[in-house]
Amino acid sequence: MKTKKVKRPAANSHPRPVKLWQLRLYVTDQTPKSLTAFSNLKKLCESHLKGRYRITVIDLLERPQLAKGDQILAIPTVVRMLPKPVRTIIGNLSDLERVLVGLDLRPVG
Amino acid sequence: MKNNGHKSAFPAVQLPKCPTGIQGLDEITGGGLPCGRPTLVCGGAGCGKTLLAVEFLVRGAVQFGEPGVFMAFEETEAELKANVASLGFDLAGLVRRKKIMLDYVRIDPGEIQESGEYDLEGLFVRLGHAIDSIGAKRVVLDTLEALFAGLRNEAILRAELRRLFRWLKDKGVTAVITAERGNDQLTRHGLEEYVSDCVILLDHRVFDQIATRHLRVIKYRGALHGTNEFPFLIGEEGISVLPITSLGLNHKVSGERIATGIPRLDAMLGGRGFFRGSSILLTGTPGTGKTIVAANFAQAACRRGERVLFFSFEESPNQIIRNMSSIGLRLEPLVQRDLLRFHSARPSLYGLEMHLATMFKEIARFQPSVVIVDPITSLIDAGSDFETKGMVTRLIDYLKAGQVTSLLTSLTQGSHVLQQSEMAMSSLMDSWLLLQDLEGNGERNRVLYVLKARGMAHSNQVREFLISDRGIDLVDAYIGPSGVLTGSARMAQEALEKAAVVAGKQEAARRKRELERKHAALERQISGLRSDYETQAVELRRIDEQVGTRARALTTERAALGRLRQVEDMAPAGGNGNSKPKGQP
Repeated sequence: MKTKKVKRPAANSHPRPVKLWQLRLYVTDQTPKSLTAFSNLKKLCESHLKGRYRITVIDLLERPQLAKGDQILAIPTVVRMLPKPVRTIIGNLSDLERVLVGLDLRPVG
Repeated sequence: MKNNGHKSAFPAVQLPKCPTGIQGLDEITGGGLPCGRPTLVCGGAGCGKTLLAVEFLVRGAVQFGEPGVFMAFEETEAELKANVASLGFDLAGLVRRKKIMLDYVRIDPGEIQESGEYDLEGLFVRLGHAIDSIGAKRVVLDTLEALFAGLRNEAILRAELRRLFRWLKDKGVTAVITAERGNDQLTRHGLEEYVSDCVILLDHRVFDQIATRHLRVIKYRGALHGTNEFPFLIGEEGISVLPITSLGLNHKVSGERIATGIPRLDAMLGGRGFFRGSSILLTGTPGTGKTIVAANFAQAACRRGERVLFFSFEESPNQIIRNMSSIGLRLEPLVQRDLLRFHSARPSLYGLEMHLATMFKEIARFQPSVVIVDPITSLIDAGSDFETKGMVTRLIDYLKAGQVTSLLTSLTQGSHVLQQSEMAMSSLMDSWLLLQDLEGNGERNRVLYVLKARGMAHSNQVREFLISDRGIDLVDAYIGPSGVLTGSARMAQEALEKAAVVAGKQEAARRKRELERKHAALERQISGLRSDYETQAVELRRIDEQVGTRARALTTERAALGRLRQVEDMAPAGGNGNSKPKGQP
């Protein structure tokens, strides 16, 4: 995997190259916001991380005890577990540019 | 000693209240925070918001059996536990026993990217999970405003906060939400518009370099509450709020009298001393013996087997003990028998409230019958006049409620002008003794008056106050045409009087001696006359005897003569001398 070094003031920590991106999406039930977030995330990963990502959807209504571990406040929340460091994006991910900034993802090639 | 006078001022039928267990707060709010509703606690940095919230939870769990959830946005769980452990709250233990649930919510704006719409359902889920897992009845959110720093979309945030408070109410938990004080509003982010049931404002003010915390219930929907600003402090056992006007002047009074330890002073007070449970003010210029009178009073109480608590703001206990031993007052054995306890502190050590709270705590712990504050005026340095009066009022109320006799000494500067603060203070006092210096003839002498003694006949006389190595003595001051004489002037006057008495005595003795001499002379005359009389009587008897003898001799002679003449007929004629011998040549 190749990453271009681009100077970007907002990004203070670049993800170290890993084989597999692990993303968690925290939702509560299947609300419109959650569904939108999931489809947005899926779309984004397909275009940028094709074949190198895994999304785990966690429904907090089923497993509320997990909210504490990842410091979840807002719903929906995407947590990038790998590559380190952990990054968090909240919202339905409708603003693509901010998601890219948040995940520190740049289009490949 | 706990006073519940405040509570009775509120009607009995009210919204259900959730007692905080915080000393004084439940009295101000008439029973506690509104049950099942959120309460906003706001105030600046370091004024005790978090502590109040923690105490609310801890006391709820320990005293009222209501588990609680603490959601912290600023301090981690470990920090919280450590911070409140110094106040004696075993947060860690309560967490282990599932009485309290701590949840630290970390919001790092640098780590969170926002994209599109979201809600705070995650927070709700966490809180709901925490509440359900221990069956919490109380919730603390400390401080929600951290959300404003972490999340940029304020519109969403506000909508979610509104939903949160509604949700908390639906959950039926009593919640305390803390918030930072804003510049022109109660909270920096206007949280007060969401929490409308009860708002408590905490404040930390510095006046004359001494900081005092204040608490005010700004709003309490559906309930009467004390609207005043109440000083509170954070002590070793958490927060205590001190209502200034806690009593409606309805304390019991005692008719019992207690001796002052100075018999002459007792005599001035109708012969039996002060009333038990009364408040006594002792004012005097420096060096007039205030502490000595106080120490005597203490000793007298200890001798009756009562406990005395001596607050000293100028001298250390050892110094008082040493100084009093120089006038023959042995206080040390009383201290050893735990009848007398000293509590010394510099007035500037902390604010008035802290002093007052410390005093309350000591009094509650020692349960004395007599409390001495020497001098109360030192505390004026620690606060303004107004505050001091408020404090003295509270102290006296507190002591009277417990039937504790209080003796407060007060230092005056001028020798004649009574300071205004004293005038204000004196109206609170039942008795007022004044010690004064009188200067004259090149010396200063102490005098004592009873200015006022409510409810008892008392002397209007000035007494001279003598301090010797055998203790205190009160003597009558000489009141002559030139005024009150004390000291050597009094002694000179006394000497004059004594000389006059001596002269009188001598005169009487002289006259007595003279009379005695005359009497003796007469006696002698009488005995002379008597002996004359005796002599004459003896003489008389001898004459009589001589006459008799002669008569008998004559008769005998005549008989013999008759015989000689052979007179037969003249038998023993009345030879008694009556018959003169016939024929005598």
